[in-house]
Amino acid sequence: MKRIVLLLILLALLPGAAVGAQQPAQPAAPQGEFVPVGSLPQAEQLPAAPLVIAAYAIVWVALLAYVGLLWKRMTKLERELADLQRRVQKH
Amino acid sequence: MSRIVVPLVLVAMVLFASAPLVVANAPFEQTMGLVQKIFYYHVPSAMLMFVSALLCGIASAVYLFRGSAAADRVAVAAGELVVLFGIIVLITGPLWARKAWGVWWEWDARLTSSLLLWMIFLAYLLVRRFGGPGSEKLAGAMALFGMANVPFVHVSVNYWRTLHPKTSVVMTLAPGMRGAFWFCAAAFAILYVLLLTLRKRLEDKRAVVEQLYLAVED
Repeated sequence: MKRIVLLLILLALLPGAAVGAQQPAQPAAPQGEFVPVGSLPQAEQLPAAPLVIAAYAIVWVALLAYVGLLWKRMTKLERELADLQRRVQKH
Repeated sequence: MSRIVVPLVLVAMVLFASAPLVVANAPFEQTMGLVQKIFYYHVPSAMLMFVSALLCGIASAVYLFRGSAAADRVAVAAGELVVLFGIIVLITGPLWARKAWGVWWEWDARLTSSLLLWMIFLAYLLVRRFGGPGSEKLAGAMALFGMANVPFVHVSVNYWRTLHPKTSVVMTLAPGMRGAFWFCAAAFAILYVLLLTLRKRLEDKRAVVEQLYLAVED
């Protein structure tokens, strides 16, 4: 019975021991001061160019899509108007 | 196309074609760097969203209190442009914020009230589209609330704690940035007048079509 209890205790401690083994022996020094984004390593910086390009592309796409939509609606209305004028003239 | 539309199209095309060069030659902002270039399209779009909301509200007031159908047609055109320029503002803003603030969105006074303003005018268009007979007046009242929201959105950055820059940022721009900014603002303003003219004309034609339908039915 004692052996089973000892085994269970060992098994319970095993995950904690594994996590402890993964941790570095010396914890990193805490960050004590502000670090400007520009001073961060290149790998940690978010590139600005894709965001700027996306922003400008979205503006152009939105405006062109709206002009296209206006054009489509105008063409449809003009067709409808011509048809109606023909019908009114027949009456 | 009329005498006004053709010159406006030409001027807008020239300005928009040269705007990227003007923006590229503007100096880089010291802390934000390249991503600050979004400013040159984001802020003029926001200004036109406000102008359009005010125009929609004023035209709706004229329609509600004087019964002017022409004012209602101006209101529809302006309301649609609030939504269009609002989309631009609400997409370009988070793209800028992701780099400058580290987050796409922050539920602060400026961003939340801007989103609400946009939603009011989206609701305005939906009510007009699906509200059935008499929905023009209900939508007109909504536009008045939308217009009343504009000053709150504008000054929100000065009264509440927010990550968003204050209203003084445009007036305190560096000389190199000021020219590029007002160039883009002029390009957007001309484009706005052009789109408003075309959208109003569409609404005028729609009114003629409705009258003809009534004539045919009679």
